[in-house]
Amino acid sequence: MAVAEFDIPEMKDDIEIPKLREGVMSHIKSFPAPKPVQDFMGYPYELGEDWKERAIDKMGDLLGKYRSLKVFLDACVHCGACTDKCHYYLGTSDPKNMPVARQDLMRQVYRRYFTTAGKLFPKLVGAKDLTKEILDDWYSYYHQCSECRRCSVYCPYGIDTAEITMAGREILNHVGMGQKYSNEILGKVQKIGNNLGLPGPALIDTLEGLEEDIEADTGVPVKMPIDVKGAEVLLITPSADFFSEPHVESLIGYAKVFHAAGINWTLSTHAAEAGNFGLFNGNYETMRKVAMRIRDAALELGVKRIVVGECGHAWRVAYSFWNTLTGIGYGGNDPFSIELQKQLDPTYPQPQHICELTNDLIKSGKIKVDPSMNDDLVVTYHDSCNVARASRMGTEPGGQFTIPRELIKSVVNNFHNMADDTIYEATFCCGGGGGVLTDDLMEVRVKGALPRATALNNVVKEYQVNFMATICAICKAQFTKVLPKYGFDMSMVGGVHQLVSKAIKLD
Amino acid sequence: MSTVTMIYAGMFYIATFLLVAGLVYKIFDYSRTPAPLVIPTTPAPTTRTGVVYRMAKEVVVFESLFKSNKWIWVFGWLFHFGLLLVLARHLRYFTQPVWFWVDIVQPFGKYASIMMVVGLAGLLARRFVVDRVRYISTPSDYLMLVLLIAIGVSGMLMTFVAHTDIISLKEFFMGLMYLDIQPLPQDPILMVHLALVASLMVIFPISKLLHAPGLFFSPTRNQVDNPREHRHVAAWAARLDQNN
Repeated sequence: MAVAEFDIPEMKDDIEIPKLREGVMSHIKSFPAPKPVQDFMGYPYELGEDWKERAIDKMGDLLGKYRSLKVFLDACVHCGACTDKCHYYLGTSDPKNMPVARQDLMRQVYRRYFTTAGKLFPKLVGAKDLTKEILDDWYSYYHQCSECRRCSVYCPYGIDTAEITMAGREILNHVGMGQKYSNEILGKVQKIGNNLGLPGPALIDTLEGLEEDIEADTGVPVKMPIDVKGAEVLLITPSADFFSEPHVESLIGYAKVFHAAGINWTLSTHAAEAGNFGLFNGNYETMRKVAMRIRDAALELGVKRIVVGECGHAWRVAYSFWNTLTGIGYGGNDPFSIELQKQLDPTYPQPQHICELTNDLIKSGKIKVDPSMNDDLVVTYHDSCNVARASRMGTEPGGQFTIPRELIKSVVNNFHNMADDTIYEATFCCGGGGGVLTDDLMEVRVKGALPRATALNNVVKEYQVNFMATICAICKAQFTKVLPKYGFDMSMVGGVHQLVSKAIKLD
Repeated sequence: MSTVTMIYAGMFYIATFLLVAGLVYKIFDYSRTPAPLVIPTTPAPTTRTGVVYRMAKEVVVFESLFKSNKWIWVFGWLFHFGLLLVLARHLRYFTQPVWFWVDIVQPFGKYASIMMVVGLAGLLARRFVVDRVRYISTPSDYLMLVLLIAIGVSGMLMTFVAHTDIISLKEFFMGLMYLDIQPLPQDPILMVHLALVASLMVIFPISKLLHAPGLFFSPTRNQVDNPREHRHVAAWAARLDQNN
């Protein structure tokens, strides 16, 4: 199936708020999940006669389970604060890509079936019966949201459109309208152990090849151990790190860090994936099942620490949800949590981000680096949305901004931030997060990258920046694909540990 | 006792009942609905005290809105702060003797009504002028602002233009509170003002005015950022652990 041609938006000097152009993105339809994919997930693959009842029942079920959904659907006053905050609105000018309008796609149905005002005066409060047209709108526009939470920063009530998008996708799955991309990946990770569907032997082969490459390159026998029982650290990293460029450069960086610090570490074939697309679909049980692989691997291998590689949404799930879902963390007093807690080393945060680990090692002098090795680069840093707005590093709020920057500045000499309103908590999503990183959504991805591309272009012009570092597998894959459409070289995107890899001193 | 007095007395009893019962139900419903995952919008406070401070900034100075859009913030804050002073001033109709701080607020409350109406007018204008806000506005969004403006303007008419008999008015409301109904002064502006206020009270728990209690239950704002140190599990989710 060919994807239609579309115009690349024009990059202006500044990020501009476009005038509304209604319906310009309504043709977007991500490929639907076929029968075998939906069967595995336990969802129907086509609309049954009772789809409407199923949808409303599911909405009721979610409203009872998630306070976020209930409060967010009630609290919005249509003030308009979020209307110019979404990168997809800024890049497409379709009003249904304004956060509030995206929420209203569900809110109109919520009001009709679950509120007094909507039952009595539907027209007055904008309540509507659920129809196939509305369902199609959900399918289209809930796959034009990357669940990046930028709108939630600016909402006076903290309404997070990601929560609504997740609920929307969950309901769509329950009526038989799943998305091929995300659901296929959720199948692969559960059946094979990673999102790319790499079987264990292929993975082991790849790692051996990388070991040879590093040794040829540096003369040092840096290892990439896998399934080693009794290792101190279990590294959980996105599977893209094993195969994709530029991701693999960061994997090499992690291996060099462990080698230089003398830390005994291992990967796991069973849990060769940090990513957890259960987050994107808003299904707690799926997200839990996918996360449980890491607990299983940790118990099986008897590791004392769990460290997470460069992946944005994975870090959100790891940092914010692993303790809840799988007991990886502290403070649990139930048998399920205690079983793992007594195995983990309490002197380290669990889980720990690879940037926290490397930054501590450099600051304490346990590994040595030479930043002049990166003197060919002028570097900027893209805060990945899930790291920025849904997680933390270190002990202080905002550590997710300062620690990666500290780390970069210790391994490079030339660093410049992009404009203030495009970094830290105000960062713009790469345009490919949240289950959108698929070729059938290329138009959404390219247009959604416009704000980030504009901000990048400004530091390229002003400071001759030639490298944008980031700590997310999706950001890396997305940028290498879409930044060339805006005239940038794809090799100017890479991981923070790609920079570490060049600067680190190996003995 | 005149029919009008009986109608207004009944109206306020019913409106008060619906307001209180509706809000109590909503607050109960929000509090019994679990928040299964830790989802504060970060950077977020790492302590409960920090969360109280974050919430206080949201409630008092509308911090997030300030980051977001200065026009909405100016109009929104003028309206809400004006309304607060105006409401405080109105306590003198419900207290005997009048609390000392209500007397202090009284003169400010009079002029706060101007802030309130100016803010509301600004918010209404945005619904017409800004294409993005026009697109998302439903009829009830306009009507809500018109209702509040009408309440403000009718009140200001009585404060600044045609005074009403506030002695009798106070007797009416004190009578309502002590179940000893007294006659309502039959001033048309007052009757309009009171009828609009009663309708606002009825609408409150079934409308977007739920943003008031909603803010306090918003998980992105009221949660502590400490998921690595504390295990957070909702009751329905904890049952999943037992199957392992």
